[in-house]
Amino acid sequence: MNTNKLFLLTIATALSLQVFGQNKRYLSSMEKNLQMMDTCKTLSSYQQTANAFERVANAEKKEWLPSYYLALCNAFMAGMSSGDKIDEYCDISEKYAVKADTLSPNNSEVYALRALIYSMRIGVNPMLRGAKFGGKSAEMTAKAKELDPNNPRPYLLQGQNKFYTPEQFGGGKERALPLLEEAVRKFDNFKPASPIAPNWGKQRAKQMLEECRKK
Amino acid sequence: MKRISTSVVGLFVLISGLHAQTKISGRVFDMSKHPVAGANVYIKDSYDGSSTSADGTFSFSAADTGKATLVVSMITYEQWEKTVWLKGTDLVFNISVKESANQLKTVVISAGTIEASDEKKVTVLKPLDIVTTAGAQGDITGALKTLPGTQQVGESEGLFVRGGTGNETKTIIDGMVVAKPYFTGIPDIAARGRFSPFLFKGTVFSTGGYSAQYGQAMSSALVLETQDLPDRSSATAAVTSVGVGAGINKLSKDSTASIGGDFNYTDLGPYYKLVPQEVSWNTTPIFAGGSLNFRKKISDTGILKFYGYGNYSQLGVVRPNLDSTNGYQDHFELRNQNYYTNLTYKDNLNDHLKYYVGASYSYNQDDLKPDNLHIINTNQLSQGKLLFTRSFGSLSLLRFGGEFQNNRDISNFSSPYYSNKYDITDNYSAGILETDLYLSSKIVARIGGRAEYSSLQKRSNIAPRTSVAFKTSSNSQVSFAYGDFYERPVTQYLFEQPTLNYERATHYILNFQHVEENRTFRVEAYYKKYTELVTSLPTNPLMPQDSIHNAGSGYARGVELFWRDKKTFRNWDYWVSYSYLDTKRQFQNYPSMVEPTFATPHTASLVVKRFFPSILVNLGATYTYATGRPYFNPNNPVFLGDHTPDYHKVGITGSYVRKFGNTFSVFVIGVDNVLGRNNIYGYRYSTDGSRSEAVTATAARMYFVGVFLSFGIDRTQDVLNNN
Repeated sequence: MNTNKLFLLTIATALSLQVFGQNKRYLSSMEKNLQMMDTCKTLSSYQQTANAFERVANAEKKEWLPSYYLALCNAFMAGMSSGDKIDEYCDISEKYAVKADTLSPNNSEVYALRALIYSMRIGVNPMLRGAKFGGKSAEMTAKAKELDPNNPRPYLLQGQNKFYTPEQFGGGKERALPLLEEAVRKFDNFKPASPIAPNWGKQRAKQMLEECRKK
Repeated sequence: MKRISTSVVGLFVLISGLHAQTKISGRVFDMSKHPVAGANVYIKDSYDGSSTSADGTFSFSAADTGKATLVVSMITYEQWEKTVWLKGTDLVFNISVKESANQLKTVVISAGTIEASDEKKVTVLKPLDIVTTAGAQGDITGALKTLPGTQQVGESEGLFVRGGTGNETKTIIDGMVVAKPYFTGIPDIAARGRFSPFLFKGTVFSTGGYSAQYGQAMSSALVLETQDLPDRSSATAAVTSVGVGAGINKLSKDSTASIGGDFNYTDLGPYYKLVPQEVSWNTTPIFAGGSLNFRKKISDTGILKFYGYGNYSQLGVVRPNLDSTNGYQDHFELRNQNYYTNLTYKDNLNDHLKYYVGASYSYNQDDLKPDNLHIINTNQLSQGKLLFTRSFGSLSLLRFGGEFQNNRDISNFSSPYYSNKYDITDNYSAGILETDLYLSSKIVARIGGRAEYSSLQKRSNIAPRTSVAFKTSSNSQVSFAYGDFYERPVTQYLFEQPTLNYERATHYILNFQHVEENRTFRVEAYYKKYTELVTSLPTNPLMPQDSIHNAGSGYARGVELFWRDKKTFRNWDYWVSYSYLDTKRQFQNYPSMVEPTFATPHTASLVVKRFFPSILVNLGATYTYATGRPYFNPNNPVFLGDHTPDYHKVGITGSYVRKFGNTFSVFVIGVDNVLGRNNIYGYRYSTDGSRSEAVTATAARMYFVGVFLSFGIDRTQDVLNNN
């Protein structure tokens, strides 16, 4: 064997091992972080998960999922907060949702995420913000549905928005019910594209559906 | 072959050598040495890092070697970065992170300022509060009159602030001065503000000590900022007890531009038939007008705004002539045309330099017929302004720029025996230089001033402005403001004597405020010194211009309190304001230094709002009290020695919101002065002082009923409805 060829092959193998290792490392980190996210119950555990995703996002600059999950964790934290804290978390969440959108344009999941962020912002002052952010959230869910009609999450978010909107403004349990039924149906048929692709919300949809069916 | 294997092994050693582990550990603190939990500590561009635990400690291993960047990031803190060398030896860091400068934690200049904004968090009012304040009747001025510093002057329009006249308050929309912000009133009957509170996203009401950006106002600046692009296209319609209105606002498909307009027609005739008036209207008030607006996002940061307004109004009253013994009546007729346009553009030149450029033209004509006289007053104002804001450090900034105004006033006076015409033009220019210097996030100093020149008066001035604010705790701060405020004399004096000097007020303000999310406490003390006020005591009736001089002076001092609480009682919101004012002045035709007719020592307001979320009903009540004001009684040898009775007024309002199909509807009902108290603003006397008549509101109570509808007209709204 030609010495030079062997030398080159060695380098190539070493480098591809590096790259392969990198990719494996990405997947395993993401899987580990997603497991962590599933067990989160407190603000501080969500913060730790968010930090872990932030580190992956920081290392894997071309991947949209770390930014997506980082934004998602912050949106969940906004949901666990009140007053101005909501906006602080939503600001970070939005920043990374926009980054995810840049890395993966026209992605139904990213639009659903942005809808979630807008509905979280309503919580700061429902009287003043209901109409404005409710409208923006609806715009985002509509786009998310258009991009992927099989994505159950826009239906969940719409149902959730209806659920929390006062009846006098066209919300309420009755109006939320068909949307949540649709969401649960779609969740039942939903297969995530990969082990690390978005796959959250089924439990929440079922819980809310039960709430709606209660008289 | 051996050589090759050596090199291969060498290569692997080299690669794995890169993976030598460096242990990095330490603690993260904030500036006050408290541990920061949940902070993200990591090596830039790598997977390696960890979160800090409850005691702020962290520890992790970094796989890379060589030069790297250690990062600490945490919500509400500024990102911390440091270059480190990873060589396999343990590294230990004690890291202090700085809280990021957000609005809640940073000191702001608050002396003299009350702000209503949706965007900023620390504000006394929200724009919606202006609309829902009982007794305000949807008028911005009405709502501001429930705040400290204002007087309850019911007989003429405008905001009378801290011993100042209505002329001493200037209204500014998007940086451009509004020459005639109020409808033209008839003597002794106040007119409303021209602009709907729904136009504005932010309101800053400054009762003194304001920035060098604003000039030609001795007492107060009302700074209004119009809405940006609407959230969606919509159409609106309104039917009220006094008129009808309709509007449309269209947002472009890509949400970067919008165009809109509205039309309003108000006729008080039908209402006056139902509710008898104290005043006899010869021409019942009619207001017809409309507006156009256009907004365009030119770049990510740049927005172009146009707003144009036009209105026609007519009204006329008949009053008994107090000098006449055989029932002669005084007639007063008014026709008004008003146009206001405003074109502004704001953008960033780069990360540190912002600019604002604005132009405006306005026209106002008052056609007045008091009895057999005929007066036509015309005002035209063209203005331009350019302002740069250069930021430096994380918070500090430097503002510089200039403005120019061409102001023309024409007055045609004619009577059966005599006619006269005045026509004056003033080219006014001003330079602005001001810096907001943050010594830390706890101390800010604003130092600057403006220089002005008037071509008509041939006078110039330099007005220094200084404020200092110091944060005393996370929610409270103390501020102090000092400044000189010049204003050109009112037009009627300039007609006679164009080279009068500027009137001048010097403000000293000390303010303490404590602001939490749903509670505000504010106390402010001030001293204001007036000099160069124009006096016009006729010394020679044939040469009136000889008696007009800058010979007057005065002072105002006082203490004001404000307390707002949305927290203590669920769904209740209330505020209380109290103003103490001690003021005297010699100006106009006052023969001596006295308390003026538009000032009283004690004024207090209580505003209460209750929201019923289950039925979406809002109820509100406002009570205002003021001690009596001086009035002129020719029989009293002491000038302005008489005082009106105390003023009491209760206003109530209720609103109900409902969605029918794709239409939002708001039903509003309001009664002003619900107790029907006869508040007396002053008296008119016959020339010999033998007969008099009280100046009061035009009716005991004012009723208002209205329905406001808003229709969504684009896809978004369909999306909302179909789901």
